Amino acid sequence: MADDLILLNLWSSPFGMRVRIALAEKGLDYELIEEDLSNKSPLLLKMNPVRKQIPVLIHKGRPICESLIIVQYIDEVWRHKSPLLPSDPYARAKSRFWADYVDKNIYAIGKLVWGATGEIQEAAKKELIEWFKVLEGEVGDKPYFGGDSFGIVDVALIPFYSWFYAVETCGNFSIVAECPKLVSWAKRCMERESVSKSLPDQYKMYCFLLELKTKFQAQ
Amino acid sequence: MDEEVKLLGAWASSFSYRVVWALKLKGIKYDYEEEDLVNKSEALLRNNPIHKKIPVLVHAGKPVAESMVILEYIEEVWPQTPLLPQDPHQRALARFWIKFGEDKSAEFFKLFQTVGEEQERATEEARELLKILEARALEGRKFFNGHKIGLTDIAFGWIACWLDVLEEAVGVKLLDADSLPKLQAWIENFREDPVIKENLPNRDKLLAYYNYRREMFIEAATSRID
Repeated sequence: MADDLILLNLWSSPFGMRVRIALAEKGLDYELIEEDLSNKSPLLLKMNPVRKQIPVLIHKGRPICESLIIVQYIDEVWRHKSPLLPSDPYARAKSRFWADYVDKNIYAIGKLVWGATGEIQEAAKKELIEWFKVLEGEVGDKPYFGGDSFGIVDVALIPFYSWFYAVETCGNFSIVAECPKLVSWAKRCMERESVSKSLPDQYKMYCFLLELKTKFQAQ
Repeated sequence: MDEEVKLLGAWASSFSYRVVWALKLKGIKYDYEEEDLVNKSEALLRNNPIHKKIPVLVHAGKPVAESMVILEYIEEVWPQTPLLPQDPHQRALARFWIKFGEDKSAEFFKLFQTVGEEQERATEEARELLKILEARALEGRKFFNGHKIGLTDIAFGWIACWLDVLEEAVGVKLLDADSLPKLQAWIENFREDPVIKENLPNRDKLLAYYNYRREMFIEAATSRID
């Protein structure tokens, strides 16, 4: 492979999607290896012995782990094309702050909305809407979180758009009714090939998450 | 670069100290404002409306929140005494350990705030973090960053001062110096650094504070059980 890159991934992982988007934005070639998390490959265990998780980017044989750390790495090594972080330190700090905000809140709460039931689900739904409204407030009428350029905050958040149908159906609410600007932002991101090619179909994701939900409930 | 630097912090907070250490290691002059976390100032709420927490760095009137975001900002604006490696892969590795520490440190909060089975589980997880750091993160180096203190060391600085106070307040042993010799050596090296040494909280004061908070948590936890 020209760029000597391997990505250990899972098609349904929002974290894996972040890396695929970043690689596509930079126009990089890479080998995509789909992992079976119930039967982790020796390569995955060797490359990420501490957390044993995907995504892992392997560049010239050396592993980089944790999705947003991988995205920053890609941005630093291939700085010249489609920068994902601004060059001004204060703007960079803002980007890191919001990417961190997404990282801390959306996955865990979103999971409860499609994965739980009853009171837990209701409480999670309320919280998710709150977080989405804060994010909506931040992006506002801007094309992207960073302004005119697609960047790391967009990369961090947009994979969760693939959860929207599942979250709305299981949670019985409409995201566009609650956060119309956030949905506009998401659709704008989806117009980018890097994003549309990295996110699975929302219905396919919904079916997959329903299967997982059944498994959790059985446990 | 020369514009006013202000830190909104809290004396007992290891997060606040991270920023102090980075500023001091780089020789950056700043004004410090102690925040009362029970009665948050208008300045804090204005500068960190999202999380309403310290630390917040205000540089030339512009606020930066979240300790590790602040540290990356400081590193970029004031490149002297670099705290991150130059090589992108080494930087990614430093960030990996920082994130790992951030994710797992929740267990330490949990064991401080709970009793019984929940506390036992959190204690086991906490011990696991320390074992992993010992086994994989130091690799025969004096500091996580190499021969000099870096962002990873600063991020784990709480282990060098707050951990044993936590152990005493809760009455649990987490770091056994005999089975974690590398980590123990790191703690000693970190605390001996001339800048760090001058910038640590008063242990007696911290213990009194932790004892007080621990009592509150026990009361809350046991009243829930009843």
